[in-house]
Amino acid sequence: MKIVIIDYGAGNIQSIKFAFLRLGYEAILSNDPEVIKAADRVIFPGVGEASSAMKKLRHSGLDLLIPNLKQPVLGICLGMQLMCRYSEEGNTKGLGIFNIDVIKFSTQVKVPQIGWNQITELKSDLFKGIREQEYIYLVHSYYAPLCNETIAISEYELPYSSALRKDNFFGVQFHPEKSSFVGAKILKNFLEL
Amino acid sequence: MLTKRIIPCLDIKNGRTVKGINFVDLRDAGDPVELAQRYADEGADELVFLDISATEEDRKTLADLVRRVAEKVNIPFTVGGGISSVKDVSTLLYNGADKVSVNSSAVKNPNLINELVAKFGSQCIVVAIDAKKIDGVWKVHLIGGKVPTEIELFQWAKEVEERGAGEILFTSMDHDGTKNGFANEALARLSDELNIPIIASGGAGVASHFADTFIEGKADAALAASVFHFKEIEIRELKNYLKAKNIAMRL
Repeated sequence: MKIVIIDYGAGNIQSIKFAFLRLGYEAILSNDPEVIKAADRVIFPGVGEASSAMKKLRHSGLDLLIPNLKQPVLGICLGMQLMCRYSEEGNTKGLGIFNIDVIKFSTQVKVPQIGWNQITELKSDLFKGIREQEYIYLVHSYYAPLCNETIAISEYELPYSSALRKDNFFGVQFHPEKSSFVGAKILKNFLEL
Repeated sequence: MLTKRIIPCLDIKNGRTVKGINFVDLRDAGDPVELAQRYADEGADELVFLDISATEEDRKTLADLVRRVAEKVNIPFTVGGGISSVKDVSTLLYNGADKVSVNSSAVKNPNLINELVAKFGSQCIVVAIDAKKIDGVWKVHLIGGKVPTEIELFQWAKEVEERGAGEILFTSMDHDGTKNGFANEALARLSDELNIPIIASGGAGVASHFADTFIEGKADAALAASVFHFKEIEIRELKNYLKAKNIAMRL
């Protein structure tokens, strides 16, 4: 199986590579459209600020490529947020795959949310074998509200989308590569979709 | 529900784990990668690696260690110690660190925090603050707590938040190594005055100290070293104990 992690200069992507290595798969880091198109599975990572990450995507033309991919694609953290319609962070237009706008947590809670929270209302085979209320690791200040594409819910200040899905596109707000055995199982499920 | 975090801290020197009692008297407590793996398996929520020799030694050793940890460990970890530039941070993140912590270098050049946040995002920038109460005032200290400054803790913490840091790791020099509990009064004030997560450090001796720092100290996470390294407190037992006290824990 050919796994490509999109390398557009956003964040710590080695951790994702290592997480796949622990599962016995060698993932490739690439920003080459041909390599990405030919992959069996595509990981769209992202850590950092939305508008600068989006700028990098546009610069390499990946903003046009990603929404047209046909194989299973998994956006992680900011990757998931960029797959949405819009992000309040840096007033950023997203890829528009998920039909929802990303907004910031209020000052009612500490921001960023950092740490382990639970996922519930699990839908999709991405969570096959994962129990309700399992813990996953998150670090984020912005979130996608609940919508038709929500396939997992976490709660911080209010219930929000911890994972989204539309057709072959999946997005998780949490970091499966850092979420212990639960995260490893989710990555494995993604490969087995 | 977001849980409180238990964070073992591994002090690193020459690629080995050590723990300073009041930052002096170093004792060897094992191989960092092996220890990190053990903590992850036992239920640690996160790890912190503090390179206490970073200012004197080749940073490449640390980058290699970070890489070896990232390969093995499936929970997040922070690396700190002697980090003073965008380049230092870039190297550590590239090798697989999830977050970095800056301390003395941020006090000397506060703009470093803004630069790091702009380049890497708030989520991976932790500012560590060592402080000690002198004549009733909490004063920030530098170089692993050795050098006092005239900077007041709460003022500095506020500035750190405004400059965009994602988290504060507060170590009370008065409590560190004493095993008499965390500096809960100061911690609670930090949590009240700031809106970013606060990690409590310094003073863990028994399980109830962790409950106290989460409840009275309002800390979001608690860090300790020797009580874990020498198995005086087992992480799993600790987390069961805290859960029984109605503190949100990942079990």
